Amino acid sequence: MTIDKARVKATVLSLLFLVVLLGLWQVSTQTPAGAPAAGNDEYARLMGAGGPQQAASGFPTPAAVAAVAIKRLRQPFYDNGPNDKGIGIQLAFSLGRVALGYLIAIVVALPLGFAIGMSPLLHRALDPFIQILKPISPLAWMPIALYTIRDSSVSSVFVIFICSLWPMLLNTAFGVANVRREWLDVARTLEVSPLRQAFLVILPAAAPAIITGMRISMGIAWLVIVAAEMLIGGVGVGYFLWNEWNNLSIANVLFAVALIGAVGMTLDALFGLLQKKVTYAE
Amino acid sequence: MIAPAGPLSGCACGRHSRAAACDAQTLSDDIVEAAALRGLFPRASARRRFVAAVGATVAAEAIALVFPLGSLRAMAMDDPLGKLERASLKIGFVPINCATPIIMADPMGFYAREGLKVELAKTAGWALIRDRAASGELDASHFLAPMPLAMSMGLGAQRQAMHVASIQNTNGQAITLSLRHRNNRDPRRWKGFRFAIPFEQSMHNFLLRYYLAEHGLDPDRDVQLRVTPPAEMIANLLDGDIDGFLGPEPFNQRAVFEKVGFIHILTRDIWDGHPCCAFGVSDRFVRQNPKSFTALYRAILKATAAANRPENRADIARAIAPEQYLNQPEIVIRQGLTGRFADGLGNVVDVPDRSGFDATPWYSMATWMLTQMKRWGYVKGDVDYRQLAERVFMLTDARRLMGELRLPVNASASGYPSFKIMGRTFDPTQPEAYIRSFAIRRT
Repeated sequence: MTIDKARVKATVLSLLFLVVLLGLWQVSTQTPAGAPAAGNDEYARLMGAGGPQQAASGFPTPAAVAAVAIKRLRQPFYDNGPNDKGIGIQLAFSLGRVALGYLIAIVVALPLGFAIGMSPLLHRALDPFIQILKPISPLAWMPIALYTIRDSSVSSVFVIFICSLWPMLLNTAFGVANVRREWLDVARTLEVSPLRQAFLVILPAAAPAIITGMRISMGIAWLVIVAAEMLIGGVGVGYFLWNEWNNLSIANVLFAVALIGAVGMTLDALFGLLQKKVTYAE
Repeated sequence: MIAPAGPLSGCACGRHSRAAACDAQTLSDDIVEAAALRGLFPRASARRRFVAAVGATVAAEAIALVFPLGSLRAMAMDDPLGKLERASLKIGFVPINCATPIIMADPMGFYAREGLKVELAKTAGWALIRDRAASGELDASHFLAPMPLAMSMGLGAQRQAMHVASIQNTNGQAITLSLRHRNNRDPRRWKGFRFAIPFEQSMHNFLLRYYLAEHGLDPDRDVQLRVTPPAEMIANLLDGDIDGFLGPEPFNQRAVFEKVGFIHILTRDIWDGHPCCAFGVSDRFVRQNPKSFTALYRAILKATAAANRPENRADIARAIAPEQYLNQPEIVIRQGLTGRFADGLGNVVDVPDRSGFDATPWYSMATWMLTQMKRWGYVKGDVDYRQLAERVFMLTDARRLMGELRLPVNASASGYPSFKIMGRTFDPTQPEAYIRSFAIRRT
């Protein structure tokens, strides 16, 4: 019961934070209703008075952002040609790119990680390369990718791949290298074939570490796609953000930011579930 | 394999597996070159003497200098009943007023009437336009007019033969200053200012440098110039991070609309009729798709002429404002296009030729851009002005097509009209002397 009580308390506190945050936001961004501009004055009209879009200067209120969100979410799948699509389609494109780059990263990272984890020699030999390539920012990879791959969409997938590779690779290697010696010894005593040993002993033993690596990689992949799409344009949630920033529409930018956060959280939660599944008690 | 493909068994040029294919290609090339040669030397005896004196290959190269041979070749194959090599094309644009002809050709049906299905790819910046055009991902694109020249020279890009098929727009830019400088209008007092420009190889950069230098400021030493995307220009102006920018519409007007800046001077007042953006294409695309390119060229030229008519401007503003094109308030775009605008200081100003859309790609415009690239040290060493201008700018083709389409065309015999920029005359026949006439320069 005490656990439940703590959880309720935490939830209440979370909600309280939210209300205070929104309240502060509303109060600090609310502009006092100024004197209405003279509607017949041409200068005022050219400055947007009475027009559908007002100057964006000033941070939007939470109400304004909510209005944008409702408008966007009500029609998530409209399609007005290549440069104007609903937010649902934009998200789908981004997720598709992430999935593709991420899957390629898995295909490379898991076998390579296994090899590195099993062979201390290979580990030592490859370590300098990994350490140098790992901290490179996705935005630094982008020009290189564009220049060599010569296709912006493939380049963004490549950048996802290269950035989500490292945590998976290192965690797999770490997990494989740290399987308890006794288990391997038992397997050897029972004369288990190397392939069987890899799949039935090492893989389950290293699974928690591997999934942790995959979870970190997914977080990175989602971070990277937004940045990549802001650079390359096309369709995607990063492009949406850039397009609205170009229009100085901060309300839309905030909506996109909230959405990116929510999707990232969902992806992370999915991996959290997976992680629970493979965790074992020794 | 029966016989290895080699210089003995294959064709003379080595590009074809069958000698017959090569012969056919060479034949059609020869016919075009012969036609060009006939144009140059109407008298057969002179023609023969020329070829005999220099050899056939050199003759062909010499002709290529005078005529844009690739496109001439295209016209030769141009038969109205023939099929387009490719009907689906992808064209890049940056969401600014300058892109009007490329955009408007779509809703006005000019692409469709030529049998083309064009996908307009909104692109986030000029570096990306350069890379996507160079890689062939874009078949043709909206460029800053100096970019195809720079790319053809391998300046800040992989060297690749590019063309300015037509100018997209003339005038239509401005210097916008932060409102805190409303009483500081004399450029002589702008030492230490920070300005934003959209790209190095841009008319914006060259015009701002020219304007500052004419007022005694060295743009490399006395002020800071930063390459900045337009949306960030306004944000930076708001933060006080920059003092002003020379940028494209609708962003000057947008700064006014956002009450962060005012329009100090229109670029029209620096050089009336200056080119800004261009409709550009790679030489490779023209050669591989002569019919598709000609169809596209006609659509763009028609759209440019339509955009140039003042009575169309308000409708254009409405058409290009939505999210898929510029994604800007219509009222802001309209002020840039019609030239009746709020200046940010409380005045409504009327300048009907604030923006223009004259497609003619004059060689002397290219020459001027090259002089500025040299003046500011972007290119070093000797520049073959005439050769570059005439290879990159497709003046001959543009004027002939405009004539065929019965569009207004300036038939002036020379491709080198001179210009007046801030009261100083530019003589395109004397580019080096022109550069030397400036006190502030990097040469």
